[in-house]
Amino acid sequence: MRVVLNGESRELPEDSTVAHAVSLTGASEVERGIAVAVDGEVVPRGEWEGRILSEGESVEVVHAVQGG
Amino acid sequence: MPSRAVRSASGEAAATWALGDREWSSRLIVGTGGFRSLEQMERSLEASGAEIVTVALRRVDPLAQGSVTDVIDRLGLFMLPNTAGCYTARDAVKTARLAREAFGTDWVKLEVIGDDRTLLPDASELLTAAEQLVADGFVVLPYTNDDPILARRLEEAGCVAVMPLGSPIGSGAGIRNPYNIRIIVEQASVPVILDAGIGTASDAALAMELGCDAVLLASAVSRAEDPELMAGAMRSAVVAGHAARRAGRIPKRTHALASTPEDGTPEL
Repeated sequence: MRVVLNGESRELPEDSTVAHAVSLTGASEVERGIAVAVDGEVVPRGEWEGRILSEGESVEVVHAVQGG
Repeated sequence: MPSRAVRSASGEAAATWALGDREWSSRLIVGTGGFRSLEQMERSLEASGAEIVTVALRRVDPLAQGSVTDVIDRLGLFMLPNTAGCYTARDAVKTARLAREAFGTDWVKLEVIGDDRTLLPDASELLTAAEQLVADGFVVLPYTNDDPILARRLEEAGCVAVMPLGSPIGSGAGIRNPYNIRIIVEQASVPVILDAGIGTASDAALAMELGCDAVLLASAVSRAEDPELMAGAMRSAVVAGHAARRAGRIPKRTHALASTPEDGTPEL
C-alpha cells in the first residue's frame, strides 16, 4: 500500500495505522507537541493506534519548530 | 485614559494586562524564529522577560537536533502557535486545528499572507479564517495590515486582540504609518499588539507610546548581532514606552517654551 508521508511516497504494509506512520518519521510516541493530519483532517492522538490507513492517503506529522 | 498602574520603587509599572482570559506582566511577546541556535534562543528569551512566545508547526524532521518545545517548557513560557506559511483561510484553519491538537491550546496567532515577497496579510482570507476559527472556539490573535477598518472587522469577528504590522515581517523598517496605528488604538476595545517590522528599541518604545498594549517581535532580536543584549534592550524599551504613554507627553511646538522663569532675572 502506498501512502504519502510528509510529502514522500512510501510503501507501507496493509493495515498500517497512523501510529505506525508516526514511528516511521522518527518522531517519538511520547514527545509532546506532535500532531497528525490524514488528508488534511486532524487525527487525535488517542486514535493513532486504531486508525488504519488506506491506499493513497496523505499523512502529515508535524511538531513545533522555531517561528515568528 | 489608561488606568493608573501601581508603581514599584524603580518606577516600572507593576500592573498586569489582560489578553484572552489571562493576565500577563510582560508586554513583550517574542517569536522564536531566526535564532542561530537553541542555546542562543534560550538565553535571549530569558533576557527578554517575555511570558508568551510564538512557534510554528512543520513536518517532523528526523535529523533535527534539540527541541524548541523542551526549551520553552524549561523556561515556563506560554507557547502561542502561529499559522506562518499559510496563504488561504482553508490552510490556516487546518493548521490551527493541528496546533490545537499538538499543544492542547485554543490560542492561535493567525497569519494568512498574500505573497512571499511582501509577506503582507491577505485581508480577505484573514477575515474569513478569523470568523471560522472563532466559531470553532479558538482564541484568535490575527496578524493584520495597519488598516483601521480591517482591524475593526477582525474585532467584530470575535478576535481577542488585533496585531497590526509596523512594516513587513523581518524588514526592520519600524512603524511606517504611526497615524494608522494611533487610529487602531483609539477605536479598539481589545488589546492592540504591534506585530512585525520592529528593527530596534526605539521602534518598540514608539509602539507603546502610540498606545499599543504590547509588542510582538522576532527578527529584531534573533537576527541582531547580539540577540541576548537586544532582548534586554527591547524589554526596557517596552517598559519605557508604556510608562511614557501613561505619563502623558508634552505637545510638540514650533517655538521654544522656557522652563526657567523670566521673573526675577537680575539686571547686570
